[in-house]
Amino acid sequence: MSVVLQSFPLLLQGLILTLEITAGGAVLALVLAFLAGLAGTARSRILRAVSRVYVEFFRGSSALVLMFWFFFALPLIGFRFEAVAAAIIALGLNVGAYGGEVVRGAILSIPPAQYEATIALNMSPALRMRRVILPQAWASMLPPFGNLLIELLKATAVAALITINELTFVGQQQRAATGESLPIYTTVLFMYFVVAQVLIFGMRRLELRTARSLGRAPAARRGRRPALAGVGDGGGSGGVG
Amino acid sequence: MATETGPVAAPGKGGDGDASKIIRFEKVVKRFGDNVVLRELDFDVSPGERVALIGPSGSGKTTILRLLMTLEKLNGGVIWVSGDPLSHMRKGDQLVTADEKHLRQVRQTIGMVFQQFNLFPNMNVLRNVTEAPIHVKGVARDEAETKARDLLNLVDLGDKYDAHPSQLSGGQQQRVAIARALAMEPKILLLDEVTSALDPELVAGVLDVLREIANTTDITMLFVTHEMRFARDVSHRVLMFDQGQIVESGPPDQIFSNPQEQRTRDFLHAIIEER
Amino acid sequence: MQWDWNYAADIMPRLLDGLVVTVSATLVGYLIAVVLGLAIALLRRSDNRAVSGTVRWIMEFIRSTPLLVQLFFIFFVLPSFGVVLSAFTAGVIGLGLHYAAYTSEVYRAGIEAVPKGQWEAATALSLSPGRTWFGVVLPQAVPKVIPALGNYLIAMFKDSPMLFGITVVEMLGAAYQIGAETFRYLEPMTIVGVLFVVVSIPASILFRYLERRYGH
Ligand SMILES: Nc1ncnc2c1ncn2[C@@H]1O[C@H](COP(=O)(O)OP(=O)(O)OP(=O)(O)O)[C@@H](O)[C@H]1O
Ligand SMILES: [Mg+2]
Repeated sequence: MSVVLQSFPLLLQGLILTLEITAGGAVLALVLAFLAGLAGTARSRILRAVSRVYVEFFRGSSALVLMFWFFFALPLIGFRFEAVAAAIIALGLNVGAYGGEVVRGAILSIPPAQYEATIALNMSPALRMRRVILPQAWASMLPPFGNLLIELLKATAVAALITINELTFVGQQQRAATGESLPIYTTVLFMYFVVAQVLIFGMRRLELRTARSLGRAPAARRGRRPALAGVGDGGGSGGVG
Repeated sequence: MATETGPVAAPGKGGDGDASKIIRFEKVVKRFGDNVVLRELDFDVSPGERVALIGPSGSGKTTILRLLMTLEKLNGGVIWVSGDPLSHMRKGDQLVTADEKHLRQVRQTIGMVFQQFNLFPNMNVLRNVTEAPIHVKGVARDEAETKARDLLNLVDLGDKYDAHPSQLSGGQQQRVAIARALAMEPKILLLDEVTSALDPELVAGVLDVLREIANTTDITMLFVTHEMRFARDVSHRVLMFDQGQIVESGPPDQIFSNPQEQRTRDFLHAIIEER
Repeated sequence: MQWDWNYAADIMPRLLDGLVVTVSATLVGYLIAVVLGLAIALLRRSDNRAVSGTVRWIMEFIRSTPLLVQLFFIFFVLPSFGVVLSAFTAGVIGLGLHYAAYTSEVYRAGIEAVPKGQWEAATALSLSPGRTWFGVVLPQAVPKVIPALGNYLIAMFKDSPMLFGITVVEMLGAAYQIGAETFRYLEPMTIVGVLFVVVSIPASILFRYLERRYGH
């Protein structure tokens, strides 16, 4: 127990970096998801193709391998990344690809009648997207986004392998320093668990609020969908990694 | 949504530029796959005229309204609105498929109310009505809201500005949809069976609002309805359709009291049986 | 630094050795996930609230904590309880357990999709619980979830490089070792990245097709 007390402040520092990487990755992923999702529903074939390639490529690649590549291989051809930047970019690209499918699916799920109503009111395509389609699609994006956020949080642990001293890395260091693996790893796992539960709770609140603002009955309490597998096209692919 | 037809010669005779007709269908053809829904349909509507479209299910009534609203592409012929081709644009003396810009131009004068209301669930009642005037026409927010309140009062929803669409009955939602369409100040209002998704006790409220609009404005109205009483009271002219063609056309008194065609008689008979 | 094809060719055999380890770890881990996931799904249907509730929270815990830390736990903590596992064994157990938490949800959805009438018919015929599960319910539920389960095979394949974290020399580990020996990371890392994409994209397209065709 005293081991945990000693290591706790350091673990907390690691946790903060974990949260920062998660936040950075989430912002990047969100931006990429919207770009990919909008391009994926665009009229232009070229935009759709670009979106397709991005989504398939980064869903198909392993986040960890991508991170290693950014960190070890790219500097050799002149692109040097801070380790944290490499982690954020790799995770953001990867999760953004899953998010792109979420955005695309949500846009396509808006009933045609809503499009027709905007045409009858002579709205431009941009106005229609911004004021009518996306606000409604947002509600169906939130549950899968919540799942993706948890997968992202978990995936940040691999940053330990490129020596970023986030929570998992600090845990490894503390184990090596103290030799007390059980209390250290248990604490680390619980820290992730608590953060995940807080994020799940927050996302759930947001979902309820959004559903209510659209006059939808709040969705019944459901278990988390089978991770990424469910994301996008009803399949889901498990880990982001 | 443009037509698939390539350039067609501009029909010289009267058709184009004849602004005395606010709507003119000229040899309009519409197919869904092999199913020819409208075959060379011709008819026109004068400004301020209220026309009821009646006829059996599948006869093409909705298709006509959707073509006018540019929700469907036509496969042949031309539709003119106030002398301008709807789905085509002039290019020299040819008519070519309209582009988005042209469509947005011609759509300005047309509004539509749908059977299923199609209100925007992400906006409250007031914003449903003000959204397009503000963001499409560039009306100032204050002005748009004042106008929207007037319209909502007109449709008897003066106390529901802040309500969410899902908190309203079908009849109330449909009246919001009517206010929303009117807020764009269309010259032509298209109404497709606007009461048929409603519970019977809510129908009268919506029809009263439409009567009021008919009596107090000179908007050109094209409406599809199975409410024969309403059609009789409000319309100047009734068009009886079957299989994409006009079977009979005339003032409501004549069509309802003294139909000339057997198919019209059968149809009216069936409708009365139904009630 | 330039891409060196000769060097790339030289290191290929070692990377392919790594790929063999990657693929075997994925397959063994998947086998565990598929079998264990079904067992968990059945446990979660238990009438005993204590059992179903406990299982549910354990699975929630596994799903919301990182696989890498779970691997560390298995590899570094279990020995102090006298359970010494090779890195590979610890790795496949970790992979299998982590993904069982996901596959159990897939099975659960499949089981819930079996119409209530099927259960009632089984009751009406006085089938034993065992016959009801294995003769009636699962034969209907499992085929429908196979494509969804397939997605997890790909997901596990992409997560398997984490085994490198507990010293398994799978493909990423091999690439890293080569890089560390020669200070040329470009070729090994790029080849590994490409191999992952080349395997997983066609596989995921295949499973999506199967899902549309046979799923639901
Ligand atoms: N999107 C579509 N795709 C294929 N066929 C269509 C489509 N819309 C309409 N049709 C067909 O066109 C024909 C005319 O349909 P329309 O909806 O115009 O009839 P209607 O007169 O409005 O009938 P109702 O009284 O039932 O509303 C029907 O045969 C219908 O099946
Ligand atoms: Mg119709």
